[in-house]
Amino acid sequence: MDMNQVHIPQVSPNLVIVSLFSLIAIVTGIGVVAFNNPIRSMLSLVANFFTLAFIYFSMGAEMMGIQQIVVYTGAIMVLFLFVIMLLNLSTDSLTMTRKFDVKPFLAVPVGLGVFTLIASQILLPFKDIRTPSAPDATAASVGWGSPQALGRALFTGYVWPFEIISLLLMVGIVGAILLARRRVEA
Amino acid sequence: MPLLAYLGLGLFMFVTGSIGVVIRRNPVVVFMCIELMLNAVNLTFLAFARYAPSPLLIEKQPAWMAGQMAVIFVMAVAAAEVAVGLGIIMAIFRLKNKVDLDELSSMRG
Repeated sequence: MDMNQVHIPQVSPNLVIVSLFSLIAIVTGIGVVAFNNPIRSMLSLVANFFTLAFIYFSMGAEMMGIQQIVVYTGAIMVLFLFVIMLLNLSTDSLTMTRKFDVKPFLAVPVGLGVFTLIASQILLPFKDIRTPSAPDATAASVGWGSPQALGRALFTGYVWPFEIISLLLMVGIVGAILLARRRVEA
Repeated sequence: MPLLAYLGLGLFMFVTGSIGVVIRRNPVVVFMCIELMLNAVNLTFLAFARYAPSPLLIEKQPAWMAGQMAVIFVMAVAAAEVAVGLGIIMAIFRLKNKVDLDELSSMRG
């Protein structure tokens, strides 16, 4: 990129979409932490994951967006809903009547402080990068996040990590069953 | 789109999640905050994958593949972690009939 060229911010449709979804993601992300009721936190998190999936779509990472919706909002959040239902954790109201806790009042200043610290130290060197290098989908070829490109990479160069992940999921299933099983007195 | 927009959103979500892990006392909500942090990292991975210098090759694949592979593996690990973690919460609830994180201090050294 020409460094002497003054960058004129131009409003593209992509910019509007990503800003809108970022705003929703920020609001729902705060909602996850701020809602007292775990069900509301969970629904807020579902909305957050959906907006993230739309941001992935807008970046051209179609397969990742689909996975975000199917795996996170379809599988993981349903698991959360089951556990909330089984534990009957309707509100934090029982815990809120107990002794005064100073942590929620410190949350906003500490969070803003950490955000400003990390942003000022890490994010600033990236401020000149504006053009993506990964190829977008055209009429002739698939994009960088298409299922075809992803599947080819997953089953050629990354086949061993992929197999190890399947082993990890297997161990996770066995562990979850072992933990959730009722103890039988022999 | 500047890369900074995605990184800023990811950082904000990560900080929000980490604050939630500290201040919330419901272990299920703490797990949700961990999921929020993992998704912030996923967003950052994808943003870096899309904006990486293009001749870069990792494992004979273009660099934008490495970021997406990392996201796939984070998702799989998150799924395993949630299954085991929620199982642990259920086991604790069955044992103690409460799940307030401030009161579960029997492992305090």
